[in-house]
Order: sequence, then C-alpha cells, then structure tokens
Amino acid sequence: MNFTLKVWRQKDAKDTGGFEAYPIADISEGTSFLEMLDILNERLVREGHPLGPIAFDHDCREGICGACSLYIDGRTHGPDREITTCQLYMRHFKNGATITVEPWRSRVFPVIKDLVVDRQALDSVLQAGGFVSVNTGGVPDANAIPIPKRDADESLDASSCIGCGACVAGCKNSSAMLFVAARVSALATLPQGRLERAERAKAMVAKMDELGFGACSDIGTCQMECPKQVSIAHISRLNREFLLAKLRD
Amino acid sequence: MQHIIVFNMSQKLVSKIPQGPIAAKWTRHKEEIRTVSPANKRKLEVIVVGGGLGGASAAAALAELGYNVKIFCISDSPRRAHSVAAQGGINAAKNYANDNDSVYRLFCDTIKGGDHRSREANVYRLAEVSNLIIDQCVAQGVPLARDYGGLLENRSFGGTQVSRTFFAKGQTGQQLLLGAYAALNRQIAKGNIRSYPRHEMLDLVMIGGEAKGIITRNLITGALERHGAHAVVVATGGYGNVYFLSTNAMNCNGSAIWQCYKKGAFFGNPCFTQIHPTCIPVHGDQQSKLTLMSESLRNDGRIWVPKKKEDVENLRNHLIKPSQIPEEARDYFLERRYPAYGNLVPRDVASRAGKERCDAGFGVNRAGKAVFLDFASAISRLGGQVIEERYGNLFHMYEKITGVNPYREPMMIYPAIHYTMGGLWVDYNLMTTIPGLYAIGEANFSDHGGNRLGASALMQGLADGYFILPYTIGDYLASKIQEPPTDVRDAAFEEAEQAVRMRINQLFEIKGAHPADYFHRELGKLMWAYVGMARNHEGLNKATTEIAALKREFWNNLCLSGVPNEFNQELEKALRLADFFEMGALMALDALDRNESCGGHFREEMQTPDGETLRDDLGYMYVSAWEYKGENSVPQLHKEDLWFEFVPVAARNYKD
Repeated sequence: MNFTLKVWRQKDAKDTGGFEAYPIADISEGTSFLEMLDILNERLVREGHPLGPIAFDHDCREGICGACSLYIDGRTHGPDREITTCQLYMRHFKNGATITVEPWRSRVFPVIKDLVVDRQALDSVLQAGGFVSVNTGGVPDANAIPIPKRDADESLDASSCIGCGACVAGCKNSSAMLFVAARVSALATLPQGRLERAERAKAMVAKMDELGFGACSDIGTCQMECPKQVSIAHISRLNREFLLAKLRD
Repeated sequence: MQHIIVFNMSQKLVSKIPQGPIAAKWTRHKEEIRTVSPANKRKLEVIVVGGGLGGASAAAALAELGYNVKIFCISDSPRRAHSVAAQGGINAAKNYANDNDSVYRLFCDTIKGGDHRSREANVYRLAEVSNLIIDQCVAQGVPLARDYGGLLENRSFGGTQVSRTFFAKGQTGQQLLLGAYAALNRQIAKGNIRSYPRHEMLDLVMIGGEAKGIITRNLITGALERHGAHAVVVATGGYGNVYFLSTNAMNCNGSAIWQCYKKGAFFGNPCFTQIHPTCIPVHGDQQSKLTLMSESLRNDGRIWVPKKKEDVENLRNHLIKPSQIPEEARDYFLERRYPAYGNLVPRDVASRAGKERCDAGFGVNRAGKAVFLDFASAISRLGGQVIEERYGNLFHMYEKITGVNPYREPMMIYPAIHYTMGGLWVDYNLMTTIPGLYAIGEANFSDHGGNRLGASALMQGLADGYFILPYTIGDYLASKIQEPPTDVRDAAFEEAEQAVRMRINQLFEIKGAHPADYFHRELGKLMWAYVGMARNHEGLNKATTEIAALKREFWNNLCLSGVPNEFNQELEKALRLADFFEMGALMALDALDRNESCGGHFREEMQTPDGETLRDDLGYMYVSAWEYKGENSVPQLHKEDLWFEFVPVAARNYKD
C-alpha cells in the first residue's frame, strides 16, 4: 500500500512548527501505524533529512502502557475505535490515502518535539490524591473485607484508564474530567478508598483546575475517544463525590 | 551475625545465605541484620533506577521508612514501565482455593519450574512473602478479581497443580503497577521522593569501591546530569530486546545493568532467557515487536496442530478453516506428551513442544511457524459469556491485531522471547558484588533459575521492592549514618560524565550508512538463530564470531541523525544497541559454557531420546557469574555452587 503522510514537525517547545508531507510506499496491510512511522524514520535517517526522523512517544505497542498518542486524521488514536495508536493497522486505510498526523492538541500538553508532548500534568493530578494512604506492611488479610463482585468489577472498569490523555486531547475544553473521574471512581467504589473519598475528590479537582485543564460540558467526546472505553458514568460519580464533600465542608 | 560464609569455587561470591531450617532463614536473617533509626534515615539518600513494579514499590517503601529517595525512569511517567503489560496474574500461597497449597508447595513448584538452577533460600523467601503482597495490594485498592461472595478469586498457571494466581482480568500487571505508582505518588506529594521521568542512567559512579551515584541523560534536553546517594538500586528490568523481536516494550533495554557490570558487578546466568509459548506469530519483515497472549489462556485453551500433512497444506492455502478439521484429526500434542499437566506445562516445555511440531512440518500458518490455541471446547462447556468475562480484553486484542475472531476460529500462536531470568548477581540481601549497589526484580538473577513460572515475575518485583530490599538495605546503610551526602563534584563523577560524553560523541563521529534499527534487526536474527530456543556448540561459536563482526560494522557504519544535546530518540537507540552487542556476546559465551539443557536453555547435544531437556547436575549445578575484564579481554567465570537441602534434585517430570 502507498500513502502520503502529512506530519506535524516542530523542533522543540519554542519552535512554531508546521506540516511536512512524506510519500511512503510498499507498506503491507498487517503493518501497524507506528511500524510505518519506523520505516519512514529509517528512510529519513538514511537520507540525512534536515529535520531528522519524526519524534513520537511509544513503548509497549500492545495498547496498555499509554505512551503512544497522536491525532490521526483528526481523531485521537486514529479512525478505529477502542484502540491506542500502536494497535492501529494499515488495513484500516485506503490505498493512496493522505493521512494527517498531529500531536495531542491541548495547552496543558506542551509539545516537546514533533509529535511528543509533555503529559506530566496528569501525574500531578494523581499526586494530589489518587491513592489510598496506607504504608507498606501491617495491613489486614486480603480476604478480611469482602467486596461485592459488582463493586470490584466497576472499580476495575474505572481503573483500566491507561493515562494516555486522549480524553483531554479530544475534548474541546481540554478537560481532564474523565481521567480524574476514573481514579476517583476506582477508589470510591471500594471500601479501602472510602475513608479519604471526600478529601480525594476535592484535592484532585482543585489540582486539575490549578493546572489549567478546562471545564466539562457533558458532550461525551472523552468516552468516545477513550481507547479503554472508560464510561462517562464515572464523571457522574465524581460530581456526586465532589458535591457531597463540599456540602460537608 | 551468624552466616555460613559460602566459599564457592570463587571466593568473590559470598551469597550470605543464613543458616538454619529453610522456613526460619528469613526470619532469623531479619533479626540479625542491622537497622537504621528514623533520625538517621532522614540523612540518607537512595537512588532507585526504574519505575516498574520493583522500582516503584522499593522507592515508595523506602520513602515511607524515611529515607530520601530519588527515582529515575526513561518514560514520561513511571506508570508506563513494562510491568504494566503483564496480563495473567500474580502468585501467592494463600490457599484460598482450599486445594492444599502452601508456602512450601509454591517454593517447591518454583524450584522445580526453574529446573534446579535457583537458590533454595531466595525462592523460599519469595514464597513466604507472597501472601503479604496480596494483602498490601488489596489495601491499596487494587481491584483484584472477586467471586460473588465477595472473596478473592484464583486461577491456574503453568507448572502447578493448584490455583494460586490472583488476577484482574488480563490487566493484572497494570493494576498492580497502578497500586505501586499510587504509593509512589503519595510519597512524591509528601516530598519524600524526587521523581525524574525521561531520564536515562548511562553510568554508575563509584567512589572508594562503593556505589555512590549515577550519570543520567535528560532525554528532553540531552543534558548529562550527576546524582549522588548513599546507595543505588537498579530495577530496570530485563534484556530480552537483545533479540530485537520480543514481547518486551520497545524501550526496554539492558544498559543500566550493563554499565553496572562494566563497573564490576558480576552478571549471573546471562544465557537463561524465557521463551513464551503463546505469542502472536511474526507477520512479516516490517514488524517491530511481538505481542504476548497471556498464559492464563492455557487454563481454557487447548493447543493443537493437525495430524495429517494434507490438512496442514489446506490450512496454509486457506482452503479450509481450522474449525472444519474433525476432532480425531487433531493432535493435542501437550495433552498427548504430558498427561499430568496437559496444556499447563511450564513455558519452556510448551515452547519446545510447539517448535518441535512446527519443525516436523505441522506449522499451521503460511510460514509454517504457528500452532492453534483453541477455545471451542471451553466455549461449548462454559458458554461464550464466561470466556468473555475471563479473557475478553485478550480476545479483543487478538482480533485487533490479526483480524480473526477467536470466539469462532482458534488463535494462532508461536513462541517468542519474553523474559530474562539472568541478570546482575546478587547475594541474599539483593546486593551485587559492588557494595551499595542493589538489583531487584527482573534486573537480578536470583529467583527463577533456568525458567520462570507464569505469574511469578510480578510476585518477585513486588517481593523485592516492598518486603525484602527495605529490610536488607538497612544492613548496609547502618554503616553510612556518619557519611555526608555524596558530593557530585568528586573526580569520580567528572570521570564518569566524561566517559559518557565521549561514548556519545564517538557514535556521532561514525557518520556511516545504516540507522541503529538496521543493526538491531541483524543482531536479533543472529541471536534468535543461534542463541534462541535451541543452541549447540557450533552455532554458539558462530554467534560469537558474527556478533563481533556485526559490532565492528556498527562502530564503523552507524548513521546517526541530530546532535547530542536535544531530544534524540536515534541516539537513545544507538546507545542501548551498543550495549546489546556486548550482552549478546556474553549470552553466547555463557550458553557455550553451560553444556547441559536446563529450563529455557536447550543445548541440542543434551537431550533425552524423546526430546526432553537433559541436565548435567554433576557438571553444572552452579550459578555462572561473569566478571568484566575490560574491552578486549574474555570475561572471567565465577561459579556459585548450588545445593539442594530441601527439594530433592530430580529431573522435571510433567508427564505423570
């Protein structure tokens, strides 16, 4: 298969950046999108292209580490659903297509180089309260507190968030509500997390606001764009947790 | 302190295994080692390199104790470490399933699974603390799978006859890592840990023969930085990416432990690599990595190839579908060869059996390198919904990659490099042969011998990080309480930084024709062909010569773009690859020395008439620990003799 890639190139955070077009040929259908970028990069290195190879984040290449990002033809993680970019295969594209590739677009994710962005704001939000305050050792037996299967399953659903940032990048407001809700909900559904639920909800929301993430306007793009299909029902739970915490104040 | 000082064939290896009955060793050791008071802990600094299960749990546990911790990782967040990709589960000897499991049984299974090439005392300790890990993770809010009664659920893994594996669907590693990462975040927020994401360790700094710091490269700016401490812990995982194609993440590398090796830490059992039987087969030459399908699938999946060559031909030409082949024409070769364990034999045994069928011409894909993993009988027995609940995300992943729906047609699988049992040699305290340098998790060699059992990597990473290192490091740091913080203006830091700078400049000066990936692919082909699933004397010699030639070519013909002081992924790759050549050479050397078959190390010269591994317990019941002797010298082999007081030495038998 043959394609033309229109790729965002930006030398560093200060550079204004712009699109460059690259034709690429002889790609097999079973090649993944990132493998195609590998092939292109190998060529750019060999040719001594003035901008060098295209920088992009990636690691596990099986959809679980959350490192890969990319806007592909205007969609986070590309046109297929329920996947990350590394799980996107070229059989999803028409032969001869022009494909536009951009970094995550959000002011809270400044570009480091080309398609690589800085997502440390997500870590900062979790550091504000996305944990249960237990030290190592001296904890009760794992079966001491029975947890209804439904609750454990729901917690796992929320906890399947991989922290890729697609929800933020896809949102017109750059809101991190789904990301924050996933963590708050994962812990609020379990007895272990309930002791600190009020403080957690307030602290994480405050941090999210402080870092410049936008407000939620309930459109649901985040759920659509989430490669793990984390449900916006968790946002309802976050809102409830937050309101109850504020009412208690 | 009362230790048996073990004078092995090499006196440089002091394993510090405590005396006494196996079940009392760890307790006794903990009583005897020194501790550090809270007031003194505040004055001590520890560097942790790596943010996966081992590194994150160690950093969090040390910070909770009051030490000042700095943690470094190459990703943009510790949450992306490759522990995240572990699918199936984590073992513990809870005996919640009431199937007569115990610490002793987990210990025996692990020793046996490792083919009697691991230390009894270390493995027993691992089994002993396994239960604490589950308690800890549940307390952190890790949503492990539960039954309708609200209690934890278990499943089975290879090499055992009990159900002791705890899991969270096919995302166990991710969930456990989120737990450790949350504990880490809590300490970062408290100011007890400083986190350095996108930083790569490029050298170890030693002062007065002790580990005192590291040189890192800031991956965003390219700046070299110096970091000092009273002790250094490496938790940087394994070196499976020597093979280019593996289930490891793209950025997994062995460079941190390799720098430690070159500074004097011995490297243990480098040739012990694990080949995982259930990976998605290679699809073509544009492929960058392989994807694992969890071992847990072997709970309900049955592995087979057709009995008749004509069926094989028809499958390869897409004339028939696998589901059209009748039951009596299928060869369920694991069930046939190993009736007692069936599809749940250990990984090395399953991998070799699959390869044997493919080599005999029964491979079911066009390349002849795949066998079936079939869920049809489980689906008809349990219903599709139960199977979806158990493995839904794995089936989903398989379909996304291959375009085949595994609910309808069987999966195709083939073995791939997955894990390295070898790593830095450590004593019972997890300290390497360099004082003050510790290695934990996959980065050390200690617990899995010749083959790791499924669901034991997560167990080891967390055991080391939460419950072993935080105790044993105190024994060393107790002697450092008078020592001021390490001064990074010391000449040793200057020298190490200069050496790193020179190495980087050297790479840029080559100005050759081929990018790093080209050489890496070539190295991978060599390693897989000669140091892969089956090894022999001739092939290993050939590997040694060819790796050396390829390494020379790399240093003469590498094409590197950009400059040192910038975000430069090509430079990252080249630096790691330069080390992979040297690691590959050591792996071949070690494999050549070990003229026996054990665990994942299969020497073709040493096999039974029916193709099983043939150990040589008289000749090779030792840990090989290699000492670096300089750029152009052969490394020196030291042997740590192993002896088994508690699990009788016997050939592994999974047949009856």
